[in-house]
Amino acid sequence: MKQAFDLSVLVKNSGEWLKGTGPESDIVISSRIRLARNLAGFPFIKKCSEDDRKKIERQVRTRLEALAGWDDIQYVDIDSLSEVDRQFLVERQLISREIAESEGSRAVAIDPCEQYSVMINEEDHLRIQVMHSGLDLVSAWEQIDKLDDAIEGELLYAFHPRFGYLTACPTNVGTGLRVSVMLHLPGLVITQQIEKVFRSMQRINVTVRGLYGEGSQYTGDFYQVSNQVTLGHTERELLTMVGEEVVPRIIDYERKARDFLMEKGEQDLLDDVSRALGILSTARKISSEETMHYLSKVRMGVNLGLIDDVEVATINKLFIHTQPAHLQKLQGRMLTTSDRHIERANYLQRHLRDSGSLPDELN
Amino acid sequence: MKCQYCDKPATFHITELTQPGGPQILHLCEHHARTVLQKDEPSPIKTITGALAKQLQLGQTKEELQKLDKKECPSCGITFFEFRNSGRLGCPMDYTHFESDLTPLLINIHDSLEHTGKRPSRAAANVDAQAELIGLRKAMEAAVQSEDYEKASQIRDKINEIQGDPKHPGYVPPADDGESGNDDTGDDGPKSDSQSSGGDTPASEGGGQ
Repeated sequence: MKQAFDLSVLVKNSGEWLKGTGPESDIVISSRIRLARNLAGFPFIKKCSEDDRKKIERQVRTRLEALAGWDDIQYVDIDSLSEVDRQFLVERQLISREIAESEGSRAVAIDPCEQYSVMINEEDHLRIQVMHSGLDLVSAWEQIDKLDDAIEGELLYAFHPRFGYLTACPTNVGTGLRVSVMLHLPGLVITQQIEKVFRSMQRINVTVRGLYGEGSQYTGDFYQVSNQVTLGHTERELLTMVGEEVVPRIIDYERKARDFLMEKGEQDLLDDVSRALGILSTARKISSEETMHYLSKVRMGVNLGLIDDVEVATINKLFIHTQPAHLQKLQGRMLTTSDRHIERANYLQRHLRDSGSLPDELN
Repeated sequence: MKCQYCDKPATFHITELTQPGGPQILHLCEHHARTVLQKDEPSPIKTITGALAKQLQLGQTKEELQKLDKKECPSCGITFFEFRNSGRLGCPMDYTHFESDLTPLLINIHDSLEHTGKRPSRAAANVDAQAELIGLRKAMEAAVQSEDYEKASQIRDKINEIQGDPKHPGYVPPADDGESGNDDTGDDGPKSDSQSSGGDTPASEGGGQ
């Protein structure tokens, strides 16, 4: 019998989107594409019996395992995972919160590089995802398109000649495509331009979500831009809209904001960024919100050349490794919130001191 | 300040920038913030109720909507009311059964009714056959629920017959390896699941750490 996949293997590696590489990676964290697909002849998840779910899972799994070039995929039965492991996969962006928290037969297939993941029995029977570091939608699309073709060669998708790929929620029907670009926009937040920029985007068919938005004491300054519509446009049109029309404009605004900040108050910015690094490197107890807030500043400092001995990849890794489930997986044990605060501070100290970012006397 | 959804303190203050009425600030505890933040798209229920509200304003009377709410899909049994409340449809056939009712909704959401993107090389051509399969699955589940195993077994055989006949539009091709052929035909009954799942789902065994 095949051994259950040990998720600890993933903790030690950095996923594809954590690399901090790829075009525009000073501002763009990751590019993600997902396709929603359903099998013909089965009800959607809402009306599936547990027996139906099991059949869907088994059918999809058998086909995925038989795909050429997919020999080393890991297949994870989500239902049998502990809560921490589910949360871990959510933090890693390999599964959605919805599938983590639902019940019944459901699974995810993950490739070792964590570029691909296929969720089975989420809101739709299949949610295929490809994630790249930086702004890299076209090659992500080419990869997911090929995988989709390969799966479609083995399974019959629910498709309507007029409405396209049929999905449980009408907001996904048609292409079933969601293109999401995660942006780090501290410059626009500090200069208080962020709302103005996004308001100007509202007429375009994109959704912008502020993750840890402004107005908060703690903010990671992350924003996700996605296409709003899925029907009536080709996949390439949707990619172009998000990746060539909207995101480059936001990047441009962010660069201008950073330039402005550097010109008008480099010392203030340097002070702000250095204090953030100081707190992260010396705190003894720290919450994940506070960590996000200061890591965001440090990340900008690194990208502006104000801090030159910390790698962006290190910062990206710290963003994810300081999340609750990651911390517990790294420690190999369950931790209370208060213990997590202590362990998080220890972890940050170790990694930021190791990177040589602190003056010698503190090391 | 307390979380909008529970009594815990609100430590996250999230600005939703694309709400119809302008930016909206949510004050949430860590748990609810995660729920909100980690959804990868806007809440479909909000989108759908928003679109349906528009539809109402566009002339559909309350009576008309009440009548529509009772409409039921003959394949999966979902009512329009159920859909409206959950934002999720019950089966692919709903797009056919509720086509005229979904049309204004789709226009509101997507501003279009025509898919122009990718097409699968082998689409499920015969809609009736797909509807039949979904209906049979529903009937089998009902038979199992009422412990009528003889009926359930008959329905299972019928499903297997449909899925195993290459000429039938509901045909599901087996994978290349010999084992998966069994998988298709062998796992369709409520009893056979326990037989085949033993060696078939390694990840499920002791997966939790």
